[in-house]
Amino acid sequence: MRRWLLPALLLAGLIGAWQIAAGSGALAGALNLEPFLVPSPAEIGSSLWENRALLAENGWVTLREVLLGFVFALVAGLGFAVLLHLSETLRRASYPLLIASQTIPIIAIAPILVVWLGFGIWPKLAIVTLVCFFPITINTLDGLRATEPDAIKLMRTLDASRWQILRRVEAPGALPYAFSGARIAAVFTTIGALFGEWVGSNSGLGHQILLDNGQLETARMFAAVVVLSLIALSLFGLIALAERRIVTWR
Amino acid sequence: MTRDFLSVRGLRHFYGELQTIDGLDLSVPAHQVLGLVGPSGCGKSTLLELICGLREARAGEIAIGGDAGSAPERLARCAFMPQRDLLLPWFTALDNAALALRNRGAGKAASRKRAGELFERFGLAGFEQARPEQLSGGMRQRVAFLRTLLSDKPVLALDEPFASLDAITRAEMQEWLAARLAEDPRTVVLVTHDVEEALYLSDRVAVLSRRPARVVDSLAAPAPRAPDRDAAVTDQGFVAARERAMHALREAADRP
Repeated sequence: MRRWLLPALLLAGLIGAWQIAAGSGALAGALNLEPFLVPSPAEIGSSLWENRALLAENGWVTLREVLLGFVFALVAGLGFAVLLHLSETLRRASYPLLIASQTIPIIAIAPILVVWLGFGIWPKLAIVTLVCFFPITINTLDGLRATEPDAIKLMRTLDASRWQILRRVEAPGALPYAFSGARIAAVFTTIGALFGEWVGSNSGLGHQILLDNGQLETARMFAAVVVLSLIALSLFGLIALAERRIVTWR
Repeated sequence: MTRDFLSVRGLRHFYGELQTIDGLDLSVPAHQVLGLVGPSGCGKSTLLELICGLREARAGEIAIGGDAGSAPERLARCAFMPQRDLLLPWFTALDNAALALRNRGAGKAASRKRAGELFERFGLAGFEQARPEQLSGGMRQRVAFLRTLLSDKPVLALDEPFASLDAITRAEMQEWLAARLAEDPRTVVLVTHDVEEALYLSDRVAVLSRRPARVVDSLAAPAPRAPDRDAAVTDQGFVAARERAMHALREAADRP
């Protein structure tokens, strides 16, 4: 509990300062804006409550994109990492391309994906999967390759097949790496979903933020942001919890 | 004369251009222990890997049980115990010990039963379900040695098995290993930095030169694996053998 105390205090302090600055109108005055454009934390809180049905409905759409996209990336990333680990030719051919592919701004290909895949859930899933795939694959591959050469030699003299070395030594050793890749990916999921929704959709929190932007509903925009970060935070927490349950030897 | 079970003839090995082993000959009769001592970096570990079939030598032959076999054939007949125990932290002590049985396709329950039967004699009773990090250094080495024995290989290659232990634990472990080898004799090649350890545990000790490694001296141990280690290592014959080995080792290290 102790390690949460300081961040919690800092957060409370920041929210308190914001409340005073925005509630008194000082912040809006300093920015030369109408006060309703600069909502205080209390106003955002009441917007969260008043719009709970709308936020839950759009939140569910985004949550589904996030979870499904993440699961696709997890399955594809772990599978691809094992494949690259087992085939040196494949690894040498695709590793540089994999790194280079990260220079492509996902936001730029989002519109293309909408053209190809339509306005439904598929382009969003594709974007979430694309942004999550890289950290999961690279971390898992690094973990598989970090196995001590002596441990592999030992397993060979203990009559282990290639598959047994992978299953009993390399894969368990790579698990903590895979988990840290998954945690990084969890943070990217909502960004991916948001891009997908901004480019073309009629539901989801990203869609709602665009509508609220047009109507200058700043409190509700903040409320949507809160829900979005709660989604990413929960996914992050879920992965950390799974890691604690599975990687018991650390 | 005892027939040699393991014999190495004219072995030469290179790492790229660097010659690590030069015309090395060794022979170990069945169920005997050959100790190898030599200056640091002289290629002892490489030699063990060659014997075990983890590498193929540039020239020369390594015969086990009379057949000069290829690396995969030797791999099937040798078990290797590395310097660090390399127990897998995600397995219990019992599952670590049973690793070779599981690799050869035995069921989980059968493997655990067979490994578990030896836990008492290995001083590990009650620690079957312990994770490696919960074990002391000496216990970890015992699990590692049990894992090596359970591979059921006729040849054991031990690479400085007790180097990481403190002096008292190391002496205890030497006596313990001597007792285990008396119960379950194997043909053993033991690499160590410790001349006393080599002379106590081995039937014969070979002193290797600096890289590229050759045998510069070979001496018979006065009292291989005597039940009372402390008495054995202070005996006059033992002390004389140790001095001779130390002398050979020092000469080997100094010679360019």
